[in-house]
Parts: sequence; structure tokens; C-alpha cells
Amino acid sequence: MANKQPKASSGFDKRGAGDQVVQVILYIIVAACALVCVLPFLYVFGASFATEREIIERPFFIIPHEFSFNAYVYIARDGAVFNGLKNSIIVTVVGTLINMFVSCTMAYPLSRPYLKGKNFVMNMVIVIMLFSGGMVPSYLLITQLLHLRNTFWALWLPGAMSAFNMIIIKNYFQGIPTELEEAATIDGSNDLMTFIRVILPLSGPVLASVSLFYAVGHWNAYFNAMMYINDQSMEVVQIVLRRIIFLTSSFNESGFDWGDAGSPPSKAVKMATTVVATVPILIVYPFIQKFFTAGVMVGSVKG
Amino acid sequence: MSNSAAAAQARKEAREFQRKHNSWGKAFSQHYWLYIMLIPGIVWMLVFCYLPMGGLIMAFENFSPYAGNGIVECLLKSPKVGFGNFTMLFTGADFVNLLRNTLTISFANLLIAFPAPIILALILNELRLMWFKRLSQTFIYIPHFISLVIVATLTFQLFNVQDGFVYNAIKNVFGNAPDILSDPKMFVWLILGQNLWKETGYGTIIYLSALAGVDPQLYEAAKIDGAGRWNLMWHVTLPSIRGTVVIMLIMKVGALLNTGYEQIFLMQNASNRSRAEVFDTYVYNRGVSQSQYSLATTAGLFKSIVSLIMVLGANHVAKMLGESGLY
Repeated sequence: MANKQPKASSGFDKRGAGDQVVQVILYIIVAACALVCVLPFLYVFGASFATEREIIERPFFIIPHEFSFNAYVYIARDGAVFNGLKNSIIVTVVGTLINMFVSCTMAYPLSRPYLKGKNFVMNMVIVIMLFSGGMVPSYLLITQLLHLRNTFWALWLPGAMSAFNMIIIKNYFQGIPTELEEAATIDGSNDLMTFIRVILPLSGPVLASVSLFYAVGHWNAYFNAMMYINDQSMEVVQIVLRRIIFLTSSFNESGFDWGDAGSPPSKAVKMATTVVATVPILIVYPFIQKFFTAGVMVGSVKG
Repeated sequence: MSNSAAAAQARKEAREFQRKHNSWGKAFSQHYWLYIMLIPGIVWMLVFCYLPMGGLIMAFENFSPYAGNGIVECLLKSPKVGFGNFTMLFTGADFVNLLRNTLTISFANLLIAFPAPIILALILNELRLMWFKRLSQTFIYIPHFISLVIVATLTFQLFNVQDGFVYNAIKNVFGNAPDILSDPKMFVWLILGQNLWKETGYGTIIYLSALAGVDPQLYEAAKIDGAGRWNLMWHVTLPSIRGTVVIMLIMKVGALLNTGYEQIFLMQNASNRSRAEVFDTYVYNRGVSQSQYSLATTAGLFKSIVSLIMVLGANHVAKMLGESGLY
């Protein structure tokens, strides 16, 4: 990767004074963009360790003068955030497994050019990408017909497959040389065994990146959980976060009673809750970065 | 070029295979596992995608959840009203407002949030320090992975009128600052700003990969012909990513009325609702919160049909202009 040739960029060799000025401006623009993207996180992270007074008095800081872990102590005592994290982990892990099962079992047959009826099924997939029944019919289906309200199935099943992700996997399967499959068939392997023993082991990169797309989607999902889960013990972390954040903001819309828990959470608690909900994503981020770049590029090859 | 050759080869093979087993019985007996593997996906599509399409009947009736036993019977027995719901939607007080709000947000996104990643990708492509480029890329991709709830949270913490840092900073510099969280007129900028922050960096990936595929010889040749920085950009770089831009544009145009539920729902409040209610949130607020199933379904169906027409139209136009289109 680290080739020194200036080939990918438009590679200007002549470094005139005007060109240097342009270069400096471009570096400043990019640096500003990068800072704007990370500063909010650094601020929230720093503020979550600050005292209430410091958050109100100092306009902006990243390292607090006085460290305080009160916000995290509060979160730990309250329990709702950790319960939310636990539920989010369950929803994400099981949801991603369901996604990958449905997507891969669909993608492999559709990636075989000789499969009779393949075009019909492929058209079914394209139709669901272009048109849907919309929110109300799906809502009635899940709550009235399938009775999935207040179960995690309501979060897993409606989005069990993304047509777009399935097509990414299908395209990757199509690119695997057919000789490998033929060799397995000659050795007496049936289609299922070929899929499990030959195709899946060769598809590591695409399976990793699509799993990550699905997993990030589950972790961040908010709307379905809001619609289908009313039971507070089943709240996912995004719901908990929103509840705590909106509680004492100027847009207080629910008269939530804190009862014996005492006063509503302070500013530092909001910051700390944001940190707790963000950190899992930021921890895995460095590991997933190479995969999602690869995933986007695989996806850009249409088919 | 090798790609199309490979595709042609694949198509030839496909034809041969199909000739070999052209009867369904033979296809099933030979590849029964492949058909079994299709079952979960097909069942899922039928239940969760095609069955709700049947629910669109609600748009043509006055749906009542008490019209019968169970949802299916209700669906069949509710009084039919033809296109009455559409008349009610189009002539209702909300419609003009909804259309204006949706289109304002969509066009702001199309005009500003769509070109932003292209511009940023072109800038990143000009950078020579590879470590700097890679480090900045790591940073600017982060917001894409952050949930909309956290984006809303960060917005509240930075822009609220009590102690929001950005709000105070603007106020100190310019004397006064807009309350973007509750001022209805600022709503479109609020949504646009969040979109720019969240998706501009990630959006560069696809353009950067297109830019990396440009043949360096083209640049060499153009430079020998005396092309400067702008000429290179205009005549070599931009034409080379045109196909990618067109495909992304088709997708954007097709999703023009899809402003998204979550983001707008999270930023809506009593004071900015006059500008913040769009088709997507209207469907939720009317259909799910207020149980006006038929009206909400009608609004959703109207939106789906317009989107479908637009994506097919954009694809057609792209093909007429000689681009490859989506399908």
C-alpha cells in the first residue's frame, strides 16, 4: 500500500509557489473537517469526567481541571444504562446472525448462473428494493397479526435481510472461480456442503464487512425499538440514552417521575451516558475500518 | 474490459447450463439444496415485504380495527371509499405544508449534501502526505457509525441556548445566535448540518475508490499537453468519476421524498413542528401514534409511488445520456 509514487493523486511534480499555497489551503480544509468530526466526542468525553460546576462555567474544554467519577457512579447505581447495553448486545449479536443466515442462504443460490428460476427470485428482490407497503401495514403486521410487540423478534425479523447487502454477498460469490465448485462436485459434495466447505471459507472479507454493516445498524437502531418495545426492562441502549438526555433538556416532553431516585440526572450524567453508548462502536472502529472500506468497494460493483 | 469479457463468458456458461437441465424436475433433483436454501429468504420476503403490500388496501378504504375478528377480516370488511382518502390527503390542510417541508429538506440535501463528499474526495485526492490523508480519513469516517440518537444528543449539548458551547461561541462573536433547536426556520439547516457532519466523510469512500482507478498515464499525457491543475481536474479527474456520480445521483433522486423517520423525529419538538413535519414523520404520527391508519397509509403510498416514478425516471434519463444506470 505504501508506495511512494504520486500516482493516485493527480501528482503535480512542479511545485510552484501558487501550487504550494493551494496545497496548504487544502491541508487546512481537510484538517478542519477532521477536527469538526472528532471534537464533539472529545468534549463529551472530557465533560463526562468533570464536575457539574465546571461544565456550566467553562465554555469549552477537553481535559477537566477537576476529575469526578460521580456521573459514572450514578449510571452504575441507576442500572438502566447497563441493562440497555446488555439488551443492545443481545439484539445486535442475534440480529446479525439472523441477518447473515438469511442473506447468505439467499445469496448463494442466486449467485449460481445455472439455477432455474433464479431470475424470478432476483426480480422479487429488486421489487422490494424499489417499493414497499410502508410503515403502517408493517406496524399492523407485527403488532396485530404476528403479536411481536415487546419481543426482540420485532427488532430482528422486519429487517432480517437487506436486499442491498444480500446483493453485495451475491456479487462476491459470483466472483469465486467456478473451478473450485466443480472440483468439489466431482468429489461428491452436494450443493450445501460445497457452500459450507468451499464458498464460505473463501468469502471472509465480504462476510466480515456485511456483518459489520448489519451489526452497526442493529446497535444504532432506535425507531423500531421505540415503536415495538414498551417494556422498560427490554429497552435498548439508544432508548435509554434518549430518555436520559431529553429528560431535563428544555424540550422536556414526558413527565417522567424519578421518584426515590432523587433529582433528575445532571449534565455530567448525560455526557457519561453518551460516552457509554458510543464507546462500544469506537472500540471496534479501528478493527472494522479496513473491512467497511472493502465492503463499500465490493458493493459498488453492480450486478 | 476484462470485466465485460468475464461477464460474457459467464452468460455463455449460464446458457449452456440452462440447456443441459431445462426441465424443472431435473433442476430440482440436481440442485435441491439450492432451492431449500432459498426458502428462508423467500418466506421472509413474502411475509415482511409482500404481505404488507396487501395492507395498502387500507389506502382505499376507511379502515377500522373493529370491523371484524382479527386484522385480516378487518382489512376485508372495512368500508371501501375508492380514492376518497387521496382526495382527503391532497385537499387537507397538512398536505401543502408536508410537501413544502419534505421538498425543502430534500433539495437542501440534494444541492449541498450530495456534492459535498465529491468535493471532499477531490481535495483528499490532491493531498500528497499519505499519513496525513489516512489519519484524516480515519477521523472523518467516524460520524457515520454513530447512531442518530447520539447525533441528536451531541446537537443538543452543543447548540442549546443555556450552555451550548457552539451557541455561546456564535453569540460571543456575532452578538446574537439563532436557536436552531426550536426556531422553525432553522430546521432545514439543522437537518442539513447533521447530514453533512455525519455522512460527508463516509461518502468520500466510493469516490476515492473511483479516483484511485484512474489511469495515471492519462495525467501524464495531459501534463505533457500542458494541462494545469484545474485542467487536469476538469478534463481527467471529473470525467473519470462521472459514472459513479450518476449512479449515486439516481439513488439520491429516487430517495428524494425519503427524508428518513429517525433523524427528523428526534429533532422535532412542539416549537419547530410547523417546518419539521415531513411525509415520513406524518405517517408515523398519524398512523402509529394516532391510529388514523387509512390516512397514514395513503400518505405513505403516495410517497412510495412518487419515489418509484422518480427512481425509474432518473434511471431512464441516465441511460439516455449514455451512462450505465442502476439496472
